[in-house]
Amino acid sequence: MRNARRGRQLPGTGPSDSDTPISVHQMRAGQSGTVVQVSGGPGLAARLNGLGIRPGKRITKVSSMFMRGPVTIRVDRTQAAIGHGMAAKIFVKVD
Amino acid sequence: MKILLMGNPNVGKSALFSRLTGTKVIASNYPGTTIEFTRGVSKVWGEETEVIDVPGTYNLEPTSKAEEVAAAMLEEGDLIIDVVDATNLERNLYLTQELLERKIPIIVALNIWDDTKHKGISIDVARLEQMLGVPVVPTVAVTGEGVMELISRVPAAACPDVPRRTLDERWAAVGRIVDEIQAISHHHHTWLERLQDASVKPLTGLPIAAAVLIAAFTVVRLIGEGLIGYVMEPLFDRLWAPLMMRLSEALGSGGFWHDMLVGKLFDGEIDFFQSMGLLTTGLFIPFGAVLPYIIAFYLALGLLEDTGYLPRLAVLLDNLMHRMGLHGYAIIPTMLGLGCCVPAVLSTRILESRRERFIAATLISIAVPCAASQAMIIGLVGPQGWQYVAMIYGTLLVVWIILGLILNRVTKGFSPELLIEIPPYRIPSWRAVLTKLWMRVSGFIREALPIILGAIFVVGILYHLGVFDAIADFTAPVVSGIFGLPETAVTAIVVGFLRKDLAIAMLAPLALTAGQLVIGCVVLTMFFPCIATFVVLARELGFKGLLGAIGVMLVATLVVGGLLNLAL
Repeated sequence: MRNARRGRQLPGTGPSDSDTPISVHQMRAGQSGTVVQVSGGPGLAARLNGLGIRPGKRITKVSSMFMRGPVTIRVDRTQAAIGHGMAAKIFVKVD
Repeated sequence: MKILLMGNPNVGKSALFSRLTGTKVIASNYPGTTIEFTRGVSKVWGEETEVIDVPGTYNLEPTSKAEEVAAAMLEEGDLIIDVVDATNLERNLYLTQELLERKIPIIVALNIWDDTKHKGISIDVARLEQMLGVPVVPTVAVTGEGVMELISRVPAAACPDVPRRTLDERWAAVGRIVDEIQAISHHHHTWLERLQDASVKPLTGLPIAAAVLIAAFTVVRLIGEGLIGYVMEPLFDRLWAPLMMRLSEALGSGGFWHDMLVGKLFDGEIDFFQSMGLLTTGLFIPFGAVLPYIIAFYLALGLLEDTGYLPRLAVLLDNLMHRMGLHGYAIIPTMLGLGCCVPAVLSTRILESRRERFIAATLISIAVPCAASQAMIIGLVGPQGWQYVAMIYGTLLVVWIILGLILNRVTKGFSPELLIEIPPYRIPSWRAVLTKLWMRVSGFIREALPIILGAIFVVGILYHLGVFDAIADFTAPVVSGIFGLPETAVTAIVVGFLRKDLAIAMLAPLALTAGQLVIGCVVLTMFFPCIATFVVLARELGFKGLLGAIGVMLVATLVVGGLLNLAL
C-alpha cells in the first residue's frame, strides 16, 4: 500500500497519463511500455538485468496477483514474476 | 582437460550434460534444477575429458548460493561450452559477453533450436559465429540433434581478445549482434501460450492450480494403490509368503535365526507389517509398501517439473509464503520434500538468503512428510478410515503454516521478494520423464534398502538383548505422559532416526487406537530428521543452523504431540 500511495501523491502519475512514467505495479494487465528507470539498489538492477529487464527494454504486463502479490511481465519471450515491491521500483513509459 | 557447461538457468545444460557424458542427471523445466555442479567423464574427444554441469547463472555477479557455485567453477575450467537458449538470444548473450572477457576458449551451443521455428525466430548462425568470434552450433539437447556436430567442433573453441567492459557496453554489444543476426516474424499465440498467461492470472490461475494439484494427487493415489493392489500384494501374499513359511518350517519355527530372517509369526502366519524379519518386513516395506508410492509420486512430480508448471505455483503462493518468511519459489523445495527431504534441503540453495534457506529447510524437515513416510501412513492408517489420514495431513499443514509464521517473526532479517523467470510450458517427453523416474526410483532402492535391512537387524538384536525395555522405562514420561502412546512406542521413535517408513511400520504391532495412530504418525514425521536428512541439514545449515532446526523440531513435536493427545 505504501508504494501505491506514494505513486498517487505525485501529480500526473496516474495510469491514464501516458507521457509520464508509471511503475510496473501501476500498469494494467495487458499494457505494454518501455522501461525508463529502475530505482532501488544496484543489487536489484543487477538481478533485473539478468532477466533482461533494463532501461530501454519493452515489457508487457501479463497479470498481477491480488493482495500485493507478484506481478508477471513479459520481456521478449521470457516471462518473469517480480515481487510487488520490486515492481514498484521499475518505471515504464506506457504506449 | 576440464570442460564447463555454462549458461542461463533452464537452457538445457543438464540435458546436454547427459548427452555428452552418458551420466544421468536430473533435468527439469524450471530455473534452478541444478544447484550443485555435477562432474562426468566423456570419451568422445578421444582422451578422457572431465565435463562439469554448472548451475545456471544470469551473470557472473552471483545472487544465490547456486550462482556462487557457478562463478567459482569458472576458475577450474579449461574450456566452456556456453549453452544459450536460442529463443531468448538477447538475454542469454549477456552472459556470453561476460564469459568472452574471461580468456577461456568458448564454443556456443545454440540450444532449444527446435523451438525457434514455431516461435517465428530466424537466426543467422554463420553471422553470429563471425560476430562472437567463437564457433556456434545449433542443438536440441533433449533429442540429441546437433550434439554430434557440437562434439566435433569443441576442439575449435576460440578465445577472442575481448577486454573487460561495463554492463552498458556489454548490452550494447549484445544489441548490435541481435539486430544483425536475428529476425522475428509474427506468430499466432498457441494454446500453450494462452494457458501460460491464464495460469498466472489470479481468477484463472487459482482454479488451474487446484485442478493441477487434485489431478496430481489423484494420479499418485490411483497408481500407488493400483500397484499395491494388483502387483505388490499378490506378489507378497501369494508368492513370497508361502516361500517364507517354508523357510520358517525349515528353521524350526523359532530361534534366533528364525526371528532375524522371518520374524515373529502371528497365529502361525507371517504379517508383513509386523513380523520384523529381514526377509519379510525388511523386503515388504521398501518394495511392497513404499516403492509403489515412490513410483507414483515421482511420476507425477516429473510431469509437473517438465511441463514447467511449478514456477507458476510459486507465483500463486507467493503471498502466503511471504508471511512464512519465504517467497513463492520455496514451494519447489517443499514439493521435492514430499518425495524426499535430502534433495529438498539441497534445493533450498535456489533461495537467496541464509535466513530463507534456514526457514525453508527447517519447515521441510519438520512438517513435510517424505513419500516413504506417506506410503506407510496411508498403508497403516488408511484401513482405519480416511478421516484419520486427513487428520495427519491437516495437522502437518497447519504446523507448516504456523511454524512458518513463528519462524518469520523470530528469525532475524527480512525475506527477499520473488524474482524469477517463468519457463514456457513444454509438452514433456516421455523418454525424459521415464529416465528421471528410473533415476529417482533406483536411487530410493539403493539408499533405503540397506538402511531398512540394517535397522531391522539392529532392532532384532536390541530386542533380543532387552535394551528397548530399559529405554522404554526411561522415556515413558514423554512417550506416555505427553503423547499418550504406549511406552514401547519409543522403539519406533528411536528407529525414526534411521528410517521414518520403518518407524511408522513399527507402530503396527502396538495395537494403537486410531487416535493414537494419528499422534504416532505426526510425532514420527515431525520428530528428528532421519539420518540422511540430518547429514544434509548439517552440511547446508552449518552446526548452528542444525542446532536451531533441531531445537525448533523438538519443541514443536512436544507441543503438537501433546495438543493432539489432549484433543483426540
